[in-house]
Amino acid sequence: MTKTVLIADDEPNIVISLEFLLQEAGYEVLVARDGQEALEILNRRVPDLILLDVMLPRVSGFDVCQHIRAHPDWRGMRVIMLSAKGRDAEVSKGLELGADAYVTKPFAIKDLMAEVARQLGDPPSLP
Amino acid sequence: MLLGGVILLASFVYLGILFAIAYYGDKRADAGRSIIANPVIYSLSLAVYATSWTFYGSIGRAAVNGVGFLPIYLGPTLMCALWWVVLRKMIRISKVHRITSIADFIAARYGKSALLGGLVTVIAVVGIIPYIALQLKAVSASFEILLQYPEVVMPPKGRAVALWRDTALYIALLLAAFTVLFGTRHLEATERHEGMVAAIAVESIVKLLAFLAAGIFVTFVVYDGFGDLFGRAAQLERTAPLMKFGDAAGASWTSLVLLSMMAILFLPRQFQVSVVENVNEGHVAKAIWLFPAYMLAINIFVLPITLAGLMHFPDGRIDADTFLLTLPMAHGQEALALFVFIGGLSAATGMVIVETIALSTMICNDLVMPVLLRWRALALVRRADLTGLLLTIRRGAIVVLMMLGYAYYRVAGEAYALVSLGLVSFAAVAQFAPAMLGGMYWKQGTRNGALVGLTLGFAVWGYTLLLPALAKSGWLPISLVDDGPLGIERLKPLALFGLAGLDDISHALFWSMLANVGGYVAVSMLGRQGIGERAQAQLFVDVFTRSDHAARPWRGSASVQEMMALIARFLGSARAGEAFAGYARQRGWTSAAEIQPDAELVCFSENLLAGAIGASSARVMVASVVKEEPLGMDEVLNILDEASQVLAYSHQLEQKSRELEAATAELRAANARLQELDRMKDDFISTVSHELRTPLTSIRAMSETLQAKPGMDEARRRQFISIIVKESERLTRLINQMLDLARLESGGADWHSAEVDLGELIEDAVSTTAALLRENAITLTVDLPPHPPMLRSDRDRLLQVLLNLISNAAKFCPRDGGRITIGLHVRPDVVQVDVSDNGVGIDAADQALIFEKFRQVGDTLTGKPQGTGLGLPISRQIVEHLGGKLWVVSAPGRGATFSFTLPLEAQAGPASVPAAHKTTSPS
Repeated sequence: MTKTVLIADDEPNIVISLEFLLQEAGYEVLVARDGQEALEILNRRVPDLILLDVMLPRVSGFDVCQHIRAHPDWRGMRVIMLSAKGRDAEVSKGLELGADAYVTKPFAIKDLMAEVARQLGDPPSLP
Repeated sequence: MLLGGVILLASFVYLGILFAIAYYGDKRADAGRSIIANPVIYSLSLAVYATSWTFYGSIGRAAVNGVGFLPIYLGPTLMCALWWVVLRKMIRISKVHRITSIADFIAARYGKSALLGGLVTVIAVVGIIPYIALQLKAVSASFEILLQYPEVVMPPKGRAVALWRDTALYIALLLAAFTVLFGTRHLEATERHEGMVAAIAVESIVKLLAFLAAGIFVTFVVYDGFGDLFGRAAQLERTAPLMKFGDAAGASWTSLVLLSMMAILFLPRQFQVSVVENVNEGHVAKAIWLFPAYMLAINIFVLPITLAGLMHFPDGRIDADTFLLTLPMAHGQEALALFVFIGGLSAATGMVIVETIALSTMICNDLVMPVLLRWRALALVRRADLTGLLLTIRRGAIVVLMMLGYAYYRVAGEAYALVSLGLVSFAAVAQFAPAMLGGMYWKQGTRNGALVGLTLGFAVWGYTLLLPALAKSGWLPISLVDDGPLGIERLKPLALFGLAGLDDISHALFWSMLANVGGYVAVSMLGRQGIGERAQAQLFVDVFTRSDHAARPWRGSASVQEMMALIARFLGSARAGEAFAGYARQRGWTSAAEIQPDAELVCFSENLLAGAIGASSARVMVASVVKEEPLGMDEVLNILDEASQVLAYSHQLEQKSRELEAATAELRAANARLQELDRMKDDFISTVSHELRTPLTSIRAMSETLQAKPGMDEARRRQFISIIVKESERLTRLINQMLDLARLESGGADWHSAEVDLGELIEDAVSTTAALLRENAITLTVDLPPHPPMLRSDRDRLLQVLLNLISNAAKFCPRDGGRITIGLHVRPDVVQVDVSDNGVGIDAADQALIFEKFRQVGDTLTGKPQGTGLGLPISRQIVEHLGGKLWVVSAPGRGATFSFTLPLEAQAGPASVPAAHKTTSPS
């Protein structure tokens, strides 16, 4: 069964590259441009993993994460947080809120894809 | 014949009794149970005024002048009326200031002047010597006469008697020894001699009784009462005129009354008994009528005895002076005669004792001690025990006085009747009146005034009274008196400046008082008082209105131990300890050890010592302990100066501390601001890094993807590459703008000033953005006035602003029908440029937001704004730097108009100074 990944990021160019890579890796990709949109999508369809940018308009990534973790049905969902802010405070905050991983931008695509694969229990898509 | 032995025995017994009384009186005083605290005793002690002059001399004078003897007693009687005011004030002042003699009083009043005290002492001594001589004459004459009983003969006159045979000499020696024993057994802090007062009171009684006895005998035994006596006298030519008041009144009486009024106050013995020995001011009230009563009693029989004597001894062989003695003798009354002799002796000894004690105190305290203390060679100040020295000085003074009295008696005693001798002394002590009365009632009286007055008065007295006395006795050429010195008639001692017709005494009184009062008043009014003097003047004159006697301001340091040691040297450690303990108790301390050394202690010590050695010497001694720095006007001013400086300094300090507080508050605020700026900087940095990382992320992701997927299709490959290029551009733009903004904000940007044609500038901007506008199908309208103005400004920067505004407008124009209008308006002092679009508009909340760094609001072109968010902040910085303002007017759905103004006049500030902002270093 194909796994679903939701990309929540307001930078279109990042979305483009991630979408491409994920599709190449065989995942179905959903896209949300802001936090609100992300929550709406989550209501309709629960992905297996969400790539969550912290700096999202309307509803921030942290809030979305909290929502996800509060929701009983979505407990199984993996959350990888993305942020340009790499300070320890931010990282611990994210992890405390329940993110499974925290990746700082700019990232190496190899590392991000490897993290995605690990979270989903799949072999890495990029050598 | 009355054996000399009997007389002598009687005399010694009497003197012994007196001594015993005095001893007992002193013992009771030491035990604290005074026997003289009694107004009757006080009044009786005042009667020491009546000496052998009263006893014998009055009768002698009455024999010549009739009632002319009275003025001497009228004076004091009149003075008694004033006693309640004058005497009480003197007593109060003396108690408060521990005054022990007239010299002390005058010296203390005029600034504790030792010179003045010495002068007064000299005048007193010289003046009283005739009086002492009078007593000696009376006692020796009466002794001689009585020795001849039952014959009534006069003793041989003149210097015919050899020295060692002269009764008077032995009497003088005897009296000296008696007085030494009597009055100088120990030093009294208060110079009070209670025993002496008791003895004097007894003497007053004895002499009164003796006189009365003789008088009663003569009047009621020899004759049949007053009526009989006067009746018989009126019939005789010799005695008749004496009963009339005829030529009695006049200048003579006036001057005698005045003299005696002053004498009752200023004779040293009177001052001693009425002021110094006074134990209670209230006694004065009784004395005011008791004393005149005594005077009356003792004078009742003067005239009767005179008349009787004249009638009994008509041939003038017998001196009228001796009637009181010779009458009883003539009538065979042995006992009465002896009693009268004892009475006369009593009167004389009373005077001598009190007078010499008073004078010796003055000599010791005000004449000898000041000289000795200042005589550095003796180093008296450092001697441990001075009691012995003081007593020795006093005893010596007493002996010297008696000897001087005797000398005067031998030299000039014979020439004058007794009364005249006494009046000479009266005139001498009258010289103290101006200085003393002036000192008590006139604050303006100065020391120099007193000095001059006293000196002049004394000089005139000596010239008009003493000199003639010596001349008439043959010690000076009589031509001095008759013709004046060097033959100058105007300067005749008995008729100065031609004032003849007055008796000697009146004449002398007039001139001496004139000189004295004149000198005193004139010099006082012309002169100035020192601080100490002024303080003393106030203390004396205002003694009834002041309840305290605070010391004048002083600076110094003292130790209580040193003070006590000093006092002990004079009064003995027992008395000193008592006094200090009393002082401590008064202050509420439990013992003398707790006493605080301050100005009050110094004052107390001075007063304590003044009782023993006089005020001026006390000052010297205390000053030596206290290391006082005497204050002159300069020093007081300095102290005031210091005080005001200290005040000013403390004001300054207050002010400084206030300023310090303000500065601290400012510093705290600045620190808070800095911390906030720090936070803002941190935020800024994190924001900046975030902004930079975003395009970097795209670039990296795209690049890596291209690398990882070589099999990517061409279209996608081209897309990715173009994204990389665009994002790189974006990144570059971002970095450039951030640097630009940083430079603008910090003032490190370059500014070039030139003439700018606004119209041409706008056209330039339009053509630069033409492609963008064409791409987005935006129509542009430019609305320029006919003659756009020229500006001095930075062209490139203005272009930057215009481009920014136009591109913003372009971003926000709708996809179709986007319209941009550029307007230029010229106003009096500024020119305004407007850039309007017909986009979605900006709501009020965002209008402030858009001018913040990195902040953008949504536009219609893309979901996410592609700008850097720095354009408007930069534009605003530029416009404000050029002296204008940049703002937006907009409403949602109604488009937006960005306007900025520029001043038409070239700004004096930044715009015209190209490198103004470059330097930031403080030098």
